[in-house]
Amino acid sequence: MTRAELTASGLQADASRQAPSSRAEAPPGATLAAVRGAALDVRALPSFAFGARSMMWWATLGLMLIEGTVFALTLATYFYLRSHVQVWPPQEPPPDLAVGTGLTLLLLVSVWPAMRAKAAAERLDTGGVRLWLTISTAFSILVLVVRAFEFGHLNCRWDSDAYGSVVWMLMGMHTFHLLTDAYDTLVLNVLFFTGPLEGRRYGDVGENAMYWYFVVFSWLPIYAVVYWAPRLG
Amino acid sequence: MRFAPALIVRRFGLPHRRIPAMTRAGLPAAAGLSWVASATAAPASAGLGHGWQDALNSAGPQAAHIQDLWRLMLWMCSIVFALVLAAFLLALWRAPRSRPDTAPDLEAKQRPEAGIRRTVVTATVVSAALLFVLIVASVWTDRALARMSTSDALHIDVTAHQWWWELTYDDPDPSRQITTANEIHVPVGRPVLVTLHADDVIHSFWVPNLAGKKDLIPGRTSQMQFRADRAGVFRGQCAEFCGVQHAWMAFDVDAMPPADYEAWAAAQRQTPPAPSDPLLARGRQLFLSSTCVMCHNVAGTTASARKGPDLSHVGSRRTLAAGALPNDAGSLAAWIRDPQKIKPGNNMPAHDFAPDDMKALVAWLESLK
Amino acid sequence: MTLRDAAAPVDVNDVPPSPDQVRSLVRTWSDPPGWLGWISALNHKTIGKRFLCTAFGFFILGGLLAAAMRLQLARPRNHLVGPDLYDQLFTMHGTTMMFLFAVPVMQAVSIYLVPLMVGSRTIAFPRMNAFAYWIYLFGGAMLYVAFALDIGPDAGWFAYVPLSGPDYSPGKRVDFWAQMITFTELSGLLEAIILIVTVFKLRAPGMTLNRVPLFTWSMLVTAFMVIFAMPSVMLASTALITDRLVGTHFYNPAEGGDALLWQHLFWFFGHPEVYMIFIPGLGFVSTIVPTFSRRPIHGYPAMVIALIATAFLAFGLWVHHMFATNVPELGKGFFTAVSMMIAIPTAVQIWCWIATLWTGRLNFRTPLLFVLAFFFILLMGGMTGLMLAAVPLDLQVHDTYFVVAHLHYVLFGGAVFPLFGAVYYWFPKYTGRLMSEKLGRWNFWLMFIGFNVAFFPMHLLGLAGMPRRVYTYPDMQGWGRLNAISTAGALLLVVSVALFLVNVWRSRRHGEVAGNNPWGGATLEWATTSPPPAHNFDAIPVVYSRDPLWDGAPREGQPSHVGGLAVGQREVLVTTLLDAEPDHRPVMPNPSPWPFLGAIATTILFIGSIFTPWAVVWGMVPVAITLTAWFWPRKRDAAAHLALEQQP
Repeated sequence: MTRAELTASGLQADASRQAPSSRAEAPPGATLAAVRGAALDVRALPSFAFGARSMMWWATLGLMLIEGTVFALTLATYFYLRSHVQVWPPQEPPPDLAVGTGLTLLLLVSVWPAMRAKAAAERLDTGGVRLWLTISTAFSILVLVVRAFEFGHLNCRWDSDAYGSVVWMLMGMHTFHLLTDAYDTLVLNVLFFTGPLEGRRYGDVGENAMYWYFVVFSWLPIYAVVYWAPRLG
Repeated sequence: MRFAPALIVRRFGLPHRRIPAMTRAGLPAAAGLSWVASATAAPASAGLGHGWQDALNSAGPQAAHIQDLWRLMLWMCSIVFALVLAAFLLALWRAPRSRPDTAPDLEAKQRPEAGIRRTVVTATVVSAALLFVLIVASVWTDRALARMSTSDALHIDVTAHQWWWELTYDDPDPSRQITTANEIHVPVGRPVLVTLHADDVIHSFWVPNLAGKKDLIPGRTSQMQFRADRAGVFRGQCAEFCGVQHAWMAFDVDAMPPADYEAWAAAQRQTPPAPSDPLLARGRQLFLSSTCVMCHNVAGTTASARKGPDLSHVGSRRTLAAGALPNDAGSLAAWIRDPQKIKPGNNMPAHDFAPDDMKALVAWLESLK
Repeated sequence: MTLRDAAAPVDVNDVPPSPDQVRSLVRTWSDPPGWLGWISALNHKTIGKRFLCTAFGFFILGGLLAAAMRLQLARPRNHLVGPDLYDQLFTMHGTTMMFLFAVPVMQAVSIYLVPLMVGSRTIAFPRMNAFAYWIYLFGGAMLYVAFALDIGPDAGWFAYVPLSGPDYSPGKRVDFWAQMITFTELSGLLEAIILIVTVFKLRAPGMTLNRVPLFTWSMLVTAFMVIFAMPSVMLASTALITDRLVGTHFYNPAEGGDALLWQHLFWFFGHPEVYMIFIPGLGFVSTIVPTFSRRPIHGYPAMVIALIATAFLAFGLWVHHMFATNVPELGKGFFTAVSMMIAIPTAVQIWCWIATLWTGRLNFRTPLLFVLAFFFILLMGGMTGLMLAAVPLDLQVHDTYFVVAHLHYVLFGGAVFPLFGAVYYWFPKYTGRLMSEKLGRWNFWLMFIGFNVAFFPMHLLGLAGMPRRVYTYPDMQGWGRLNAISTAGALLLVVSVALFLVNVWRSRRHGEVAGNNPWGGATLEWATTSPPPAHNFDAIPVVYSRDPLWDGAPREGQPSHVGGLAVGQREVLVTTLLDAEPDHRPVMPNPSPWPFLGAIATTILFIGSIFTPWAVVWGMVPVAITLTAWFWPRKRDAAAHLALEQQP
C-alpha cells in the first residue's frame, strides 16, 4: 500500500491538530502509532525529533561524557603534579589574567546566539537559523583569534617543566574542541544557505548548540584551574 | 559414583536420562588429569618449598608472615573452589537431558522459586562473610609486617641501575661505609633497613625467601625492611621490567652468623694493597691503562668512576654480571672479552685483550677479595 | 507548514510484507557491488563479519607470538630468541591481545548481533561504524608493519615510564605503540557510542528495559565502561607522545613530572579494561546457559544489577596494580577491600547460573561445553585474584608468573572460552550452517587440557621465584621442568585453535544446514533466517516477553509486527528509552565511501604525527575535507527523505 493510498483512505495523522508551541514538546510517537490487525502501524509517526528523542542527541551526550572525562582526568593530573612540589608554578609567573578572563566572558556571551539558533531550529524557522548560526560562526572565529593570543600570554612553555606541560595540555585540548566545533558550526551554517535541507538538519542545529554549551561550560573549571589555582593556592 | 544418579532420582523424583559417559566424566577427569600432571611436577622438581629464590621457603619473619597468609588463603580458596565445583558438577550430573526442540520450561517465570532464591542469597552472604575474613587476614598480615622492629638495624642504600645493583652500607662514620655491587651480606638475626633509589628506570627489589618486593622508582625514595633468621645464600632478582637485560639483574643476600659478617665487613673496608706478584701487577697496570677506569672504581687505585659496579672486592663475590655468571677466571675472561655475547644490550663494551694480558688482568681482579 | 511532498507515492511494508516489498527491502539494505561497494558497505552484518575476522586474525597472530615465547622459555638459557626480539614478542603479544583482540572482538560480535537481538534493521550511525572498523584495522596494521620491520615496541603492553620515555626508549618503537593506542581507543569509543544508542533507541516496540536480553545488557554496560575508562589511556599515551616528541615533562621527575602518574592514568583505564573483556563473556554465558538448559535464567534482575555493580566497582580497583610502589599504605588497604568485594556480584551471577543449570534440562552440545569450562577456569582465576588482592601476598607474587597464570585464567576462562562457545552458538546464524560437533568436541577438550597444562604450572613458577618478562632464566630449582610442561600445553593450545579454524573453514560449505533456530533459542536473532536477509526482519516484531521466541506470542488483538515503514529507503523505527514505544521513523544513510576515505586521512594524520608535530596541523586538512564530504547531504537523498518526511 502506498502512502498516497493511505492518505486517501483517511488514515493519515489529523492535520487539523494544532502544532505544539515547541517541537521538542510534541507528543511522543506512541500516541500516533495505530493497531491495524496484526500490524503496529507507524506511518503517522514523525520522521525526525528533537532533544533526547533523537539518536544524535545521545551521540552528542556520549561525546560530552568522553571529553568531560578527559578534561576531568587532566585537571586531576594538574593537582597530582602540584601535590609533589612546594612552589607552584615552579619557576614562572601565573598566566596573565586579562586575556583569559576576556576570553571566558566572550565564551559566555557566545552561548546566547547558540541558544537562539537552537530555538529557531525547533520552530523550523529557517531564516532564524540562518541568522543565529551566522552569528555563532562569527563568535567562534573571534574566540579562536583571542585564544591564539591567550597562548602567548600563558607565561610558560610546554617544555619548561611539568607545570608548563599540563597547562599547555589543558589549553591545547580545549582549543582542539573549539576548533572542531567552530568548523562544525561553519559547515552547518553554509548548509543552511545552500541546502539541501530536510527535517533532521534542524535537529543537528540543536545538537551543535548543545556541544557549544559543553565547550563553553567545560572551559570554566579549566579557566579556574589554569588562572586561579596558582594564585589562590 | 555410579549409584549416585539413582539416589538423586529417588530423592528428587525427577526423570533422568543417561548423559554420555564421556561428557559426564570427561570434564572433571580432564581437569583432574591436567592438574595432577602439572602439580606433580612441583614436588618432583627439587624446588618449591626448598629453593633459594622461593616465596614458600621463608628465612625471615617478613616472608614467614606472608607464607602464613598464603596457607590460609590457599586452604580457604581451595575449599570454596571444591564446593562450588561440586555443586556445579552435581548440577550437570543430575540434570535430565534435552534437545533443541525440547519445550522450554516457562513455568520458571511463574514459579516464585523461593527455595532457589534462598540458596542464592545464602551463598552470597556466605561469600561476603568469607571475603571479609580474607580482608581481615590481609590487614592482620600487613600489621604484622609493620611490627618488625628496626632498632639497631643495619642500613643499606640500594641504587638500581640498568642492569646491576649498587649497594652502600651506611654508617655514621664515613670511613666505615662499604660500597659494593650485586651481593648483600647481612648478619643473621639483625634487622636490615633498605633505602631504595633508582638511577634510570623503574626496578624492583625482591628476595622472596626474605620479604615481599618493593619498587625502586626514579625521583622517589622508598624503604623496605627484612631480617634473616637463619644463615644461607638467598637469591633475589629485579622484578619490574627494566629493559633488555631485565632477565639477568639478580643479586644475592648472604645471611651469615654475626661474627662471620663482621669479618666480611672488615675485609670489605680494607683497601686492597698494590700487588707484589708480577702477574698481578701486570694485570693491575693493564686495568689502569684501559677504558675500564671510565666506569669502575677500585679502592687504592686512581680508578674512581661510579658508572659501573665497584670492583674493589670483586674477587670475593659469588657471581659476576648480576648473577649471570659464576665468579671464576674462565667466566670473568669471557665476560671481559665480550659482554654483549653473555648479556646482549648491556652497557659494557667488549675488550679483546691478548691472552697473556687477559690472564694477568683476570688474576688481579680475582685477587681483589 | 509540511515538508512532505504528498504527491510522490511511497511503498511501505504490510504485515506480513508482500514478496515485492521483501525484494525491495533486500535491494534497499544490501551493500552495493564491486570494489566501490566494498569500501562503501554499511550493512552492520558486513562490518560485523569483517571486524570479527580481523579480530580473530589478531588473536592468531598474538597466539603465534606467545608460541614463540614459550619455545624460547622451554629450557633454561635457551638461545632461540634473543632479548631484543623477546621484548618485542611479549610487548606485541600483550598489546595484540589487550588492544587488538579482546575488546574489539566483543564489539565485533555485538555489531552483528545486537541489532538482531533488539529487533532492529540496523545499528545506529552505520557510517561511523564503518569508519571505526577501518581505523581499527589501520591501527593494528601499522603496529604489525613496525614489528615486521624490527621496530616494534619493546617496553611491554603497559609501557611504564621512564623505560618507555625518550631517554630509555629512543627511536620510534614506543611511538608506534602509543599511536596504536590512539587508533584503537578512537575506534573503541566510537563503537561504544554506537552500541549505547542502538540499545537505547533502536529496540523493537515492546522491548522494555526489563525485557532486554542479558547479552545486550552486558554490551551496554561494557560500552559505558569504555566511555569512562578509555579517555584515561588516551590522555596517558598522548602525554607520553608529547614527552617523546616535543619535550613535555609529564613523566620526567627531574622537571616536576612523576613516573607514577603514568601508572595511575594507565591502570585507571587498565583495570576497567579487563572487565570490559570479562563482562561480554558473562553475557555469552547468560545466553548459552538458558538456551541449553531449556529454561529462562534464574534471577534476571539480580543478573542485571550484578553486571552494573561489577562495572562500577571495576573503577575502584586500579591501585592494586601498584601495591609494590610507595603509594600510601592506607590507600592500599582500601583497594584490597574493593578488589575483594568485586567478587560478590560475580558470585551472585555464578549462583544464578548454577541454579539455572540445576533446574534445567541440559543439552551438552559444544557451545555449552565451552561455557562449562568457563565455570572451572574463571573460578580458579577468581581465587588467585583474591590472593593477589591481599597486599602482603601480592608483594611476593606481583610481577611473577603467578600473575601470568592468574590473568590468563580469568581472561581465557572468563572471555575466550565463552567467546568460542559463542562462535559455535551463533555460527549457524551468521552462515546458515552448523559447525561440526565432532571437531568441536576435539577443539574443546584439546583447548581445555592444553590451557590447564600451559598455565597451571605458572602458579608454581611464580611462587618458586620466577619473575615475568624475562627472556631466559637460570637452571634452578625445577624452573626448567615446569616451563617445559607449560610449553607443551601451549603447543596443545595451538593445535586446538588450528582445529577450530579447520572446523570454521569446512563448516562454511559442508556444515549441516541450520534453519532459523537450530538451538531453540529465545532471543530475536533466531526469529529470522540463517543468515539473516540484508534487512534483518521482513517486518520488525513487536515484543511481549524477555524470551520472545519462547513465550512472546501476542494475545488476541495485539499487533505482532510493525507495519508502515518504507521499503525503498532505509527507514527505521526509533523507540523510547524505557518502554520502547514507537517514537519516530528516521531514514538511515546510504552506502558511502567517505568513512573509508576519512579513515585513510585520519591514519595519515596519526602516523605522520609520530614523526613530526606539524603532521597534526597539515593532516587536519584532508580529515576536514573527508569528514565534510561524509556529512554533506546529497540532493537525491535529501529529496527521498523529504518524500517520507513528517514533522513532529
